[in-house]
Amino acid sequence: MSALPPYATTGQRVWYYSFRVICGLIFFFLIAPIVVIIPLSFNAQDFFTFTPEMLRLDPEGFSLKHYRDFFSNDSWQSSMWNSLKIAPMATIVSVTFGTLAAIGLSQPHVPFRRAIMAILISPMIVPLIISAAGMYFFYSRIGLQGTYFGVVLAHAALGIPFVIITVTATLVGFDRSLTRAAANMGADPVTTFFRIQMPLILPGVISGGLFAFITSFDEVVVVLFVGSAGQKTLPWQMFIGLREQISPTILAVATILVAISIMLLATVEMLRRRSERLRGMSPS
Amino acid sequence: MSDTTQNGPVLAADGTPLKRSLAKALRMQKMRALMLIAPLLLFILVTFILPVGDMLFRSVDNRIVQNVLPNTVIALESWDPASTEIPGEAVFAALAVDMKAAAEIKVHTKVAKRLNYENPGLASIFRKSGRKIRKWDVENEGPYKERLIELNDGWADIELWRTIKTYSGRRTMGYFLNAVDMKLGAEGVTVRPENERIYNTMLIRTMRMSLIITFSCILLGYPVAWLLANLPTRTANMLMILVLLPFWTSLLVRTSSWKILLQQQGVINDVLVWIGIVGDDNRLVLINNELGTIIAMTHILLPFMILPMYSVMQTIQPTYLRAAKSLGATNWTAFWRVYFPQSVPGIGAGSILVFILAVGYYITPALVGGTKGTFISNLIAYHISTSGNWGLGAALGAILLAVVLLLYWVYDKIVGIDNVKLG
Amino acid sequence: MKMTKLSALAMTTALIAPAAFAEDMANEMTLVSWGGAYQSSQHKAYVEPYVAANEGVKAVWDESSAEAVAKLRAMNEAGNVTWDLVDVVASDAMRLCDEGLAEEINHDEDLAAAPDGTSASEDFGDLLVSDCFVPQIVYSTTFGYRTDLVGAEAPTSVCDIFDLAKFPGKRSLQKRPIDNMEWALYCDGVAKDDIYDVLGTDEGVSQALAKLDSIKDSVVWWSAGAETPQLLADGEVVMGSTYNGRLFSAIAEQNQPIGMLWDMQSFDLDGWIVPAGLPADRKARAMDFLKFATDTQRLADQAAYISYGPARASSAPLVGKHAELGIEMAPHMPTDPANAGNVHTYDYEWWADNRDDLDAKFQAWLVK
Repeated sequence: MSALPPYATTGQRVWYYSFRVICGLIFFFLIAPIVVIIPLSFNAQDFFTFTPEMLRLDPEGFSLKHYRDFFSNDSWQSSMWNSLKIAPMATIVSVTFGTLAAIGLSQPHVPFRRAIMAILISPMIVPLIISAAGMYFFYSRIGLQGTYFGVVLAHAALGIPFVIITVTATLVGFDRSLTRAAANMGADPVTTFFRIQMPLILPGVISGGLFAFITSFDEVVVVLFVGSAGQKTLPWQMFIGLREQISPTILAVATILVAISIMLLATVEMLRRRSERLRGMSPS
Repeated sequence: MSDTTQNGPVLAADGTPLKRSLAKALRMQKMRALMLIAPLLLFILVTFILPVGDMLFRSVDNRIVQNVLPNTVIALESWDPASTEIPGEAVFAALAVDMKAAAEIKVHTKVAKRLNYENPGLASIFRKSGRKIRKWDVENEGPYKERLIELNDGWADIELWRTIKTYSGRRTMGYFLNAVDMKLGAEGVTVRPENERIYNTMLIRTMRMSLIITFSCILLGYPVAWLLANLPTRTANMLMILVLLPFWTSLLVRTSSWKILLQQQGVINDVLVWIGIVGDDNRLVLINNELGTIIAMTHILLPFMILPMYSVMQTIQPTYLRAAKSLGATNWTAFWRVYFPQSVPGIGAGSILVFILAVGYYITPALVGGTKGTFISNLIAYHISTSGNWGLGAALGAILLAVVLLLYWVYDKIVGIDNVKLG
Repeated sequence: MKMTKLSALAMTTALIAPAAFAEDMANEMTLVSWGGAYQSSQHKAYVEPYVAANEGVKAVWDESSAEAVAKLRAMNEAGNVTWDLVDVVASDAMRLCDEGLAEEINHDEDLAAAPDGTSASEDFGDLLVSDCFVPQIVYSTTFGYRTDLVGAEAPTSVCDIFDLAKFPGKRSLQKRPIDNMEWALYCDGVAKDDIYDVLGTDEGVSQALAKLDSIKDSVVWWSAGAETPQLLADGEVVMGSTYNGRLFSAIAEQNQPIGMLWDMQSFDLDGWIVPAGLPADRKARAMDFLKFATDTQRLADQAAYISYGPARASSAPLVGKHAELGIEMAPHMPTDPANAGNVHTYDYEWWADNRDDLDAKFQAWLVK
C-alpha cells in the first residue's frame, strides 16, 4: 500500500484512490465533531449554527463573548477550580499507589498475578453507573459522600487501571540486569530504584498520570453521585448545561477542553517516543 | 542474605542448603512483590470493590419487612397463604401494634414502599392507615380486625396478606425476578402482566444497540487500521493523532458536539437543506432516538476499536500478501484468505472492548437518546436517583455486571488483560 | 409614608436580628433548587440580599430538586445529610413529611408575620398543605407553542396537543405521569370532576395511556424545566409543556416567537422543606434563611424576576414590574383571571398516595 506500483491496472488505481477517499471520510467523521465546535464557540450570536456573517468570514460574526462569559461567570469559575483541585490530587494518589503496584506486578514471580490484575483493572471495566451507585451508598455510610476527599478517592480508583496499564507496559521492556549491575556495584534498593529504574520508567509513569488526570478531569457520572454541590466540577456543570439550558458558553468551555486534550496528547506522544528510543525499541 | 548456618548435602555460599536458600529467595521475592502491590490492592478493595459489593447486596436485602413489622411477621407464621380466609384477630392486633410503633417514627412508609413493588396499591393502604393508627391506643381498643377493615377495606384483601407473608423473609429474590419481568406470588413465580414488562425489553435493546455500535466500529475501524498499519511510520504517526485526539477529548465535549450537529436545526440538517437533499420542512430526525445514540457512540468508541486492530495488523508481514499474489491469488482472495484471518484477533479484541464499554454507557444515551435510544444503565440510574427503588436498581446492575464480567473473562482468555494498549 | 417607614423598620429588624446570633450558625449552606431561570430568581431575590446582610455566609446551589426525594432518602439512611434547604413541589413535600425526612415547621413561630401583623399561617392560608412545607410560589405547568411553526391557526385548547392532524410536528411533555395522565383523560372525554376517580382504576390508567399512545411517536420527553423553552427556541418541537415562568422568560426576556396556551394549566405549589436530622448550627442557619426568604417582601421581590405568583396573600399587592424589562408582571401570572379561565386543579393527596404505582406503569409504557 505504501505506493501505487507503476504497473497497476486501472481497476487497481480506482480501488487505490477510492480506498483512500473512504479512509479520508472516516478520519473526517472522527475529527469533524471536535473541530466544528471551535469556530462555533466564537459565534457572535447565541446560536449553535454558522451564521451568514461567519460563513463570509466577516469579523462582525465572531466574538469572544462566550469566553468572557466563562471567565466571568461564578458557577463556571467555581466548577473549574473544583476540577483543578480534584484532578491533580486524584492523579497523585493513583500514580503513587499505581506505580508501586506496577513494579510489584512486573516482578518475575507474583502469586495470583492474574487475579490481582483483574481486580486492579476492574474500575475501568465495571460500568460507571454501577461504580457510581455503589460508591454513593457506601461513601454515604462512612461519611465521605459529598466531601472533597470522597470525590478524590473515587476518581483515584477510576484512574488506577490507566496507571497500571501504562507503567507495566514500560516495565515489560525493562532490562533487569541493570538493577542487578547497580546492586553489584553497591547501590542499595532505594538508590537503585531512584537512580536506575525510575528514570527509565518515568515516561510511562507520566503518561499514566496524564491518563489518570484526564479521567478525573472528564469524569461526570461518579461525581454526580459521590459529590455534592460543593464539589461541582466542570463536566458536571457542562452536564447540567446540556440537560437544561444549552448556552453557547458550553462551546467555549469545550474548546478550552479540546486545547487541553491536545496538549496532553502531545505530551504523551512525546514521552512514548522518548521511552521507545531510550529502550532501543524505536520502530523506525 | 546471611542466615543461621545448617549442615546439609549441597550448601550455598553462606552455608544453607542450596535448595532451601533458593526457595527462601523466591519467597522473599514473592513477599516483596506482594508488599508493593498490597497498598493499592487494599485501596481498590476499600474504595471500589466493597462499595460495588455493598450495592449488589441490596438486590437481595429484605430486612425492612421484619424490622418494621416484627410482630405481624411472627403472627403470620401460622397462617396458610393458600387458604381462602384472611388471617384472624391475632394477626390484626399484631399489625396494629407494629403500625402504631412504625407510624410514630414514620417508617411505615418504607415497608409500604417495599411491598408496593410486589403488589402495586399497597402503599396507599399503608400510608392512609398509618396516619390514623398513629392516634390509636393499641393496648385496649380491639377488636382490630373490624377496625382496620373499617379504616381501609384494603386490609380485607387476601392478596395483601399473601404478599406480606411471601415477602417476610430477610432475603428476597423479588428484585431479581422483577429485573427479568417475573414476580413471586403465593402461587410461585409468574411472568408479570404485559404492561409491566420492561426490563427484558431494555436488556435486549441494550445488547442489540451495543452490537450495532460494535459492528459499525468494525466497519469504520478496519480500513483505517489497515491504512495506518501499511503506511510509512512517519505518515502513520501523523494520522494516528487524528485517532487519538477524539480518544483524549472529553466525552461531554463530543456528546455536546453531536447534539449540535444532529439537531433538526443543526449543522448536518442545515448542510443537507443547503445542498438540497432534504426539504426545509422535511428535516431529518437524527437525535433523541436510536439513531442519535448509535451515531454518537460509534464515534466515541471508534478509537477503542482502531487501536487494538492497528497493533495486531502491525505484526502481519506484508510478504505473506505478496507471496499469495505471486502464487496467483487475486487481490480479493489474497486479502480474504491470507490477510483477514491474521487480523481476526485484532477485530476480536477491539469488538469485546467496544461492546463492554457500550453496554455500560449512561451519559451519551441520556443526552442524545430520547426514550427510544436509552440503555439499561439509564434505567438503573432512574431507579437509584429518581424512583428510589434501590433494590431493583441493584438487581439490574448485578445482571449488567454479570454480562460485563463474562465478556471481561473472555477478553482476558483471548487477549490477556496485560495486552491492553492505550495509544 | 407611614407604610414605608413600617416596612423599612421591619426590614432592618429582619436584617439585624440574624447577625446578632450569627455565632452559633453555620456559615455555609447548600440550597437545592431546579436550576435555570427559577433558581436565578431565587438567587437574586433571596440569596443576594441575605448574603449582603450576613457577611461571611456562603450559599451553594445544587440543581437536584428533581431527584430530591430519592437523594434525601439515601442521605437519611446514611445519616449524612449534606443539604440545608430543599426546594420541592407540594406533593414531594408531603411524601418527605410522611416519611420523616423533612422537619416539621411551626409556621407562626418560625416564619415572619405579614407587615400588618397577620400571622404567617393566616397569610399563607390554604397553601400550607403539609406541616413540613413553606410554600414560596404558585406556578402552573402549561403549554407554549411556536407562533411561526404551528400554522395559521394557533392552538386554543389543551386537546390540540393530541391533535396531530391539525398541528403536526413534535411536542414536548414532562417525563412523568402527573398532569399528562389528567390531560389525556380530559381530552378523551372524561369530565374534569371525574378525572381522579377514573385514574384510580386500571381501566382509567389504560385509557389515559392509550390516549398518550396516539401521540407517543411525536413526543420529546423532558425532565428539566428549561428543556422545553430550549426545544422551542431550537425549533425541535412546535409545542410543549413546561412551567409558565420558563415560558415567560423565553418570551419576554429572550424575545422568542413563542405563544402561551393557558387552557387546562395545572396549578401547583413550590416551596422549601428543611431536611430532618441537621446538626444544630446548620439547622439554625437554614431556619434563619428560611424566615428571611419567605417574608412578604422577598416573595414579592421574586415576582420581579419570574412570573410566578407569591404564596403569601400579603405579597400580592407588592408585585410590580419586571426588574429589568419594566413590564407589568400581573398579566403574566398564572392566577391572572384572563389566564385562569379553564384550569386543572391538581390533587396532591391523590398523587401522594398513587405516585409510586403510576410511576411504574408510566415508565413501563414509556419503554414500550
